[in-house]
This record gives sequence, C-alpha cells and structure tokens, in this order.
Amino acid sequence: MRTFTYVRAADAAEAARAHGGRDGSRYLAGGTNLVDLMKQGVETPDTLVDITRLPLDTVAEEADGALRIGALVRNSDLAAHPAVRVRHPAVSEALLAGASGQLRNAATTGGNLLQRTRCVYFQDLSMPCNKREPGTGCAAREGVHRDHAVLGHSPACVATHPSDLAVALAAADAEVQTTGPAGERVIPVAEFHRLPGELPERDTVLEPGEIITAVRLPAPLDGTRSTYRKVRDRASYAFALVSVAAQLTQRGDGAAEQVRIAFGGLAPRPWRARRAETELTGQALTEERVTAALDAELAAAEPLRDNVFKIGLARDLARTVLLGLTRP
Amino acid sequence: MSAGVLGSLEAGHTSSLRLRVNGEWYELSLDNRVALLDVLREGLGLTGSKKGCDHGQCGACTVLVDGRRVNSCLLLAVALDGARVTTVEGLGEGDGLHPVQEAFLDRDAFQCGYCTPGQICSTVGVLEEAAQGYPSAATDPDHPAGEPVPLTGDEIRERLSGNLCRCGAYPNIVDAVRDLS
Repeated sequence: MRTFTYVRAADAAEAARAHGGRDGSRYLAGGTNLVDLMKQGVETPDTLVDITRLPLDTVAEEADGALRIGALVRNSDLAAHPAVRVRHPAVSEALLAGASGQLRNAATTGGNLLQRTRCVYFQDLSMPCNKREPGTGCAAREGVHRDHAVLGHSPACVATHPSDLAVALAAADAEVQTTGPAGERVIPVAEFHRLPGELPERDTVLEPGEIITAVRLPAPLDGTRSTYRKVRDRASYAFALVSVAAQLTQRGDGAAEQVRIAFGGLAPRPWRARRAETELTGQALTEERVTAALDAELAAAEPLRDNVFKIGLARDLARTVLLGLTRP
Repeated sequence: MSAGVLGSLEAGHTSSLRLRVNGEWYELSLDNRVALLDVLREGLGLTGSKKGCDHGQCGACTVLVDGRRVNSCLLLAVALDGARVTTVEGLGEGDGLHPVQEAFLDRDAFQCGYCTPGQICSTVGVLEEAAQGYPSAATDPDHPAGEPVPLTGDEIRERLSGNLCRCGAYPNIVDAVRDLS
C-alpha cells in the first residue's frame, strides 16, 4: 500500500479543507471497500481524510414523515431501525441481503453508495480497465462478464454498480444530500450514479471534495407495500446477479395508484424501470400486463455474450415481486 | 509496543493513538497504513486473530470493536484512536473460558481450528445482535422491531455467513451456537 497522510476531521468544513478537491485525496468512513482497494493498489490516495467523527450518525424523522439518515449511520443500524423496518421494508431487506454481519457493522450509508464495482478486471492491476486507468481498454467486454451490465453500459465500460441499498433507495425516490465547494445540493438517488459513456472513471455526479451528509427517505403514501428480492449464486454473502426493489400503492379498486421498480445487477447504476412504471400506473396488475410492461422496459437491453440470461431472470423476478405485493 | 515496530520510514506518514485491547490501554505510534489485525498480531503478539484472505471475505480476523464484530483486516488502526478492542484472547475471565468457547469445545465445532477464533468472536457478536433485536435476512419481516430474535438454524447460518470454514465444520458450529441461544 502506498503511504499517505492521515487527517481526522471534526466537521464537514474541516474535512473539505483537508481534502481540497485534490485527485489524491479520499474520505474514509467505514473503509470496507476503500481500504481493500488500497491494499490491492487500485486506490492510491496520498491523503486520507477520516470523516468518521463527523456528527452524521443518526436517523431523524422530519415533520412530513420523511427519514433523514445521516451518512455515517452503519448499515446494520439502519437495517434494524424500527421506522425503516415498518415503513421501508425494501430498504431494510436490501441492506440485510448485502455483505456479512461484520461488514454491515462497519459500512456506512454514504459509503455504501460510493462503493466501487466488483468487476474482476477493475481490481486486477495486470489487466486493462478504463474505469481504473482511463484509456487502457475494457477487458470485461470480451472476457469474463457473466456478472456485468445489460443496460446503460458503453463501449468503454460494462461494469455494474454493486450496491443493494442504492437499488432500494432509488425505488423509494430517496435523495442524497451533499455539501461541497458549490454549497449544499440534493441529488435523487436514481440520478446519483453516472452511466459510463466516455468517462467510466467517474462513478457518480459528485464533484471533487463534495461530501454526502445524509440520505432523505420520503414518507411513502398510506398503504404502500415494498420489498427487495435478490438472486445470486449462493444463498448468502454474494453480490447480485439480478435484484429488484419494488414499491406499490393500490387504489380501493385494486388498480396501481403508484408503482416504482428498480433493478440491481443490470446496469452501472440502480435501474429505475420508468417505462414499466408508466405502463402499469392506473392499471390492475395482472400477470399478463406486468409481463408486457417488463418486456417493454427490458427491450432496450444489450446483453453481452454470457449474460443474456439476466434479461429473462430480471423480468421473472420483477413479475413475481410485483404480483406478490398486490393485495390478495 | 515501541515506536517503529510497525512504523514508517517516511515522516508525516505515522500517527500516535491509544487503543484499549482486552482491557489494557496501549500507546501506539504506527505507520498510517497498518490494519488493526496487524497491530494485534505483529505489534501486540495477540496471534489468536487470524489472517485468512486479508480482504474482508473470510472472517478469520473477526474481533469486537466497541462491542461490535468487525473484520480487523479492513480497519486502519489509525482511525480507531480511543477504541475498545476485544480479541479471542480477551473473551474469558483469567483461565476460565467464555461460554462461546465452551460451546465450541463441547460440540467439537472445528477441525483445523484456523477459522475458530473468528467464528467465536463473530458468535459473541451474533448473540448480542440477536438479543438486541437486530434482524437478519432470515428474520421474519413481521418480527417486532427491537424484540430478541430467536436463533434458529437458518438464522445462525445466515448471521455467520461472513465466517468461512474450509474444513466444513459448519454443522457442529451451528449446533454450538444453538446451544447458546
């Protein structure tokens, strides 16, 4: 690991000053991904700004019922929070579907959103990777890419974003609150991660030095049900092949008043299925209609050689989840 | 521990900190790059915590920091100033074993033993988490928040999925943990 200067910040202003927006600066929170990447030589910061002492570790309820989740709230604490479990079961389930008990005790809300892809080539310094080293090429496009993207990828990068939490937050219309050189900002979670295009090295829309301070989880409509389902190669402690977070509110006659669907494992960011949502809003959720809406959404997919299976898997998983959310 | 044991040759890349390990305070001067696991093993001679994958995937390095189970290989020691660390060496009272250690012995819950300190520290964490009502992916979504979670076989397997055992001692590990719940 490369040597670095360590700075422990007491507040966001001090952290921002120490970071300075410089290329070689990184913020340290739970460190479960960053420290690992530093050991591998993928991340080589010269300055590490420890933000774990910032007062951002509480969940607060706002007047309108929204939850303001501090960026440093640990994944295990958020998953166990009574208001999250009752009002946002998809969020709690997504957290518990990810990582291990030990990792969830260390990993934070903000850090979870900023974790890097688990593409094996990104983590292998001997291989080309445009995300790690721009301009070197993409080894995954023709290599081992069963886990990779079918939507939103580019010739430069076919990596997926690995977060489960981000998928559930995207389906809940949550927002990321930040502070940075340009002041405070609010960014919808669904727009927080970038599609790679020509700049796969930039995972998110954050500016250099900008800090996530909180995630705001709006109160769901009365009667809303939500859940998160994840398909992976083993029953626990593995990243998603495909996952889906869905949130459904039904009218008195059973038709969908509001439906929100987000996929994980398919794209470089949580994939909000807005076309399917539009087609299903105001409709009764029959098996036929849900299948057609999901097929329309996934028609845009451009699978790679070895991940064609993800498209049918995503459709079947989302259909099962949506029909499971309808009132009996 | 003397300065320099795990120190850097480069100025500006070391830090001083205090750690309380198994009830005893240590004043340390460390290279910023050193992980907690390496402080424990190389600096303090506490070799119970094991280095398996060194990437947070196997759980052999699991210790308790401020009462919570974590992977010590992924924690930079420099960020833990003031923390309270408990390793497998610190679980028992004097020569007496901790109940989790007793249960692992009673059930023969290991073969080669390499993963065992991590399994035991992780189990101590699991018992506390379940008692406090922390859910897992195996918990019934309707289980009331904050109520203790009963540790069924499914719960134990899910909650300990971050601790790998290449000998495959899992059945007896599950039995040992079930005895404790």
